[in-house]
Formats: sequence, C-alpha cells, structure tokens
Amino acid sequence: MRRIMAFIAGGTFGTGLLISGMTDTVKVQGWLDVFGDWDPTLAFVMGGAIIPMAIAWQLTRGRRPALGGVFPVRPDPRVGRNLVVGSVLFGMGWGIVGLCPGPSVASISYGGLSGLVFLAAMAGGMWAAPPIRRRLAQADAAA
Amino acid sequence: MEQDWINGLIGGGIIGLAGAIYLLANGRIMGASGIIGGLVDGSAGSHAGERVAFIAGLVAVPGLIALVVGAPDTHATGNIALLVAAGLLVGVGTRLANGCTSGHGVCGISRLSLRGIVATVFYIGAGGITMVLLRHVLGVI
Repeated sequence: MRRIMAFIAGGTFGTGLLISGMTDTVKVQGWLDVFGDWDPTLAFVMGGAIIPMAIAWQLTRGRRPALGGVFPVRPDPRVGRNLVVGSVLFGMGWGIVGLCPGPSVASISYGGLSGLVFLAAMAGGMWAAPPIRRRLAQADAAA
Repeated sequence: MEQDWINGLIGGGIIGLAGAIYLLANGRIMGASGIIGGLVDGSAGSHAGERVAFIAGLVAVPGLIALVVGAPDTHATGNIALLVAAGLLVGVGTRLANGCTSGHGVCGISRLSLRGIVATVFYIGAGGITMVLLRHVLGVI
C-alpha cells in the first residue's frame, strides 16, 4: 500500500510539473532572467503548490500518517553553511540549464539526450555529495 | 502568457496535492532531490521501495500523458559541457542543502520553515545572478 500511494503521489507530481510547464527550461530560465523577457509563471506554480501543502501540514496536527508511522519532525531550524552553500550551487546549476531534480526525472521520456546527460551528471553530483559533506565537517573540526 | 499563468496555477495545485498525498498517506516529505539522492548514495534504507515507486510514478505518468497528447518540448540545451556542469552543481548542491525546489520550496515554505525560506532565497538569487552573468554578460546560454 505504501508503494501504491508513493506511485500515485509521484504520478500526480509529474502531472503537475508537466501541466504547469515546469519541464520546459525556457519557462524556468525565463523566471530567473529578471533582466530579459521575464516570465512569472514559476511564482504561480509555487503559490498554487504551497496552498494545498499548507492545508496538509495543518491536517497533520494531532494525527498520524494514514499508512502508519509518524510525521516528520521539524528539522533543526538553524541555518548552517551547508544549506547556504548547497543552495547557491544548486541555483547556479538550475540557472545554467533550467532543470531541477523533479522536472529532470519527470521529463525522462521526452527530454531526449540532453535530459539524460543532465540526469546522469546530477546523479554523479548526488553520489559525490556525502564525501564532500564529510570533508567539510572534518575541516570544521580541524579549524 | 495569461494561459501560462493559469496552467501554472493549476499545475502548481496538482504538485501541492501530490505533496499532500505523500505527507498524509506515507508520512514523508515530497522532496525530489532527497528521494532520488537517497537511492543514489544508498542512504534510503528501508524506505528504498516507496522511493522507487514514487520515481516510477513520476516517470510513467508524464510519459503516458506525452504519449497520448504529444510530448512537450523541454527546450534544454544540447551543449554537453553545460549539461554536465549544471547536473553536477544541482546534484551536489541539493544534497548539501538537503533539498531543492520541491522539498525546501513547496514543502518547506508551506510549513513556514526558516531553512526552506532561506534555501529558496539563495537558490533563486544564485540562479538569477547566473542568468545575468552567462546570458547577458558572457552570452553563453
């Protein structure tokens, strides 16, 4: 059942990404390109997504997930260096091509070779991240 | 343009619905980079099965829609060097930051998480500066 619901959630996510135009790199780069032909669509997508999600968070109060377990606890609220550095690196990559993790996977079937090359490189980056994180922690400890 | 905004709002609502399903049914945060990254680096553990199922849905349903109504164009660059550089940056960056547009942006901001808001400000800011430098100053994208 957990896998069925996960499949439905993933399929719904992909449908939303496709309909919203977020698998189109021109629309994403258009949002980031404030000094060019600026495209505000992404703000509408974000706003549209945040509303049902905010309701969902309200519904978690005093309840448990329908399929058991517990809801995720609030993570440590501190804003660390990794959050900032990681987000800056992510934003740079996002700007260069206009793809982020969700849309890059959702568009596998129609994104052609470009999509596959991006996806392979992204997987490589994700694979390399834990050792980089460890190195950063060691450097902090030594300092 | 107006139609794009409406599609954006409707598509966004469906994305939020997906996040709500994954949270209320499975008790998990719908963060694409976390779901994929946990499988890539092996940290998913006992949650690997539902992550694979999520990705299967994320691939199959848009694929089916593309098959029925026609595939939209992603307009992604064909420049291999740019694709590899961008992919590596997105991969390392989202894992260091523990989230991307879906995790920090949609799921984080909707619960007023300071980390989600800060991450979103920085990745949009960095993306904007990258566009200025690469498109308007250097003219490479």
